[in-house]
Amino acid sequence: MREELLAILEKNSRIDFKELSILLGVEEQAVLKELEALEKEGIICGYHTLINWEKTSIEKVTALIEVKVTPQRGQGFDKIAERIYNYPEVKAVYLISGGYDLLVTLEEKTLKEIAGFVSDKLSTLDSVLSTATHFILKKYKDHGTIINKKSVDEREVITP
Amino acid sequence: MRNFLSEKVTSLKPSGIRKFFDIVSEMKDAISLGVGEPDFDTPWHIRDEGIYSLERGRTFYTSNAGLKDLRKEIANYIERTQKISYNPDSEILVTVGGSEAIDIGLRAVINPNDEVIIPQPSYVSYEPCAILADAKPVIINLKAENEFRLKPDELINAITPKTKVLILPYPNNPTGAIMEREDLEVIATIIKEKDILVMSDEIYSALTYKNSHVSIASIDGMKERTILINGFSKAYAMTGWRLGYACAPKEILSQMTKIHQFAIMCAPTTSQYAAISALKNGDSDVEVMRRAYNQRRRFLMNAFEEMGLECFEPYGAFYVFPCIKEFGMTSEEFATKLLMEEKVAVVPGTAFGECGEGYLRISYAYSLENLKIAIERLNRFIQKLRN
Ligand SMILES: Cc1ncc(COP(=O)(O)O)c(C=O)c1O
Repeated sequence: MREELLAILEKNSRIDFKELSILLGVEEQAVLKELEALEKEGIICGYHTLINWEKTSIEKVTALIEVKVTPQRGQGFDKIAERIYNYPEVKAVYLISGGYDLLVTLEEKTLKEIAGFVSDKLSTLDSVLSTATHFILKKYKDHGTIINKKSVDEREVITP
Repeated sequence: MRNFLSEKVTSLKPSGIRKFFDIVSEMKDAISLGVGEPDFDTPWHIRDEGIYSLERGRTFYTSNAGLKDLRKEIANYIERTQKISYNPDSEILVTVGGSEAIDIGLRAVINPNDEVIIPQPSYVSYEPCAILADAKPVIINLKAENEFRLKPDELINAITPKTKVLILPYPNNPTGAIMEREDLEVIATIIKEKDILVMSDEIYSALTYKNSHVSIASIDGMKERTILINGFSKAYAMTGWRLGYACAPKEILSQMTKIHQFAIMCAPTTSQYAAISALKNGDSDVEVMRRAYNQRRRFLMNAFEEMGLECFEPYGAFYVFPCIKEFGMTSEEFATKLLMEEKVAVVPGTAFGECGEGYLRISYAYSLENLKIAIERLNRFIQKLRN
């Protein structure tokens, strides 16, 4: 049940126990127990909402920043990653294989704030060797959801 | 002027679905649960392969039997899912949907007045195709108390010295019924004893919710007397690509290929390239869709239970077949009234045979959100009738 439960929740975290129990064909109590276990084990890390900020009047700029760093003795990349991810404006930090080391997602109100973060906070960290900043111009798909997708049912209304 | 029309064709009953279709099409804001095809888009890698084949200019006829690579993949698929070995060179034919396979399969084996046994409720094309092939259809009225499975005594009662073919329509459209290995074994014993051929329409084989589908051709001594029909429409959400296939002993398959060659030439080339990708890389897509169907199926069964609507639990395809006999209306009356009053379209069970009277086919090839709205309306309708 675990995999299927996670797959449902990943798409719809607002679904309630009763409906989960119906869809999965198990008792509500069992769903409850499994959810508790998943949270306790840190498999479920949060319940978020996917927001298309572009449609609001709220200004947001998102940048993806490639960061090259020198790993620190005994701690590898973890220490430097921590120094970066503790900033609340940093939305995501991934350790990446290939041409650079860390991929940082940064969300601010303006371009200027992003530029400021990179030059004042990121580049000045001792172990940061270089950065490359990419601004997101448009989100087509995020977290598996196609943004602005209109789904019209084009099937014939009755078919055998 | 003379009447140019064929008596055989003009005397065919028009499809019961067609009639209802015309009423529903008139209604703008009706919610339909009447569709017999998946709501999912064809998985992208499959579409992409079709597009790529067009870009490379693969726009010619293929061999009559279909692309060799596709037939090989079909053979692999049947081997992997059913443990039956078919020779891709002589025992597999790629067709224009399962529909064509039903038609030419019957035409390849029927002599005038041979009898074809058709269990109903079942898909609308078996009976007309049998008639067009000059066979005499012999209908078995399946029973709800048997979960619409074919029972050995029902089969025995339908067999006469003229019986040539049994059509085995499982997993079933419209009932959602399945036949499990034990059910098939007793049927197979009778079939072998009475020396009958089986046409097994397994188009919904990938969509079962209990155990994996078992093909009757996998039972000892049955492969040589079975025309196995399957296709891409339901499992891979590829209805519009018009692609299916038949697997049969080579004596039968070569005659089917002859008809196919003269009537069709070959199945659509683009679809054949796309289908290779479906069979090679599509298992996980099918599983995602199967799970979604299963969740909707459970949702509907639970909703029926809550509203006290009688329905056996179906384990296949994407249909439920609730009983509406308590309301003292025919299926058609019920469906029409439901459409007029609550704007929900379902298909009267009678569209799939007379014994579908008293039942409705409800398709769950719809999003949960859609199903929820429709069920709410259905519930309101039923409570009104009961008061
Ligand atoms: C039981 C059954 N067999 C065959 C078909 C034909 O499917 P296709 O010709 O798309 O393969 C259908 C389609 O609805 C069906 O429900």
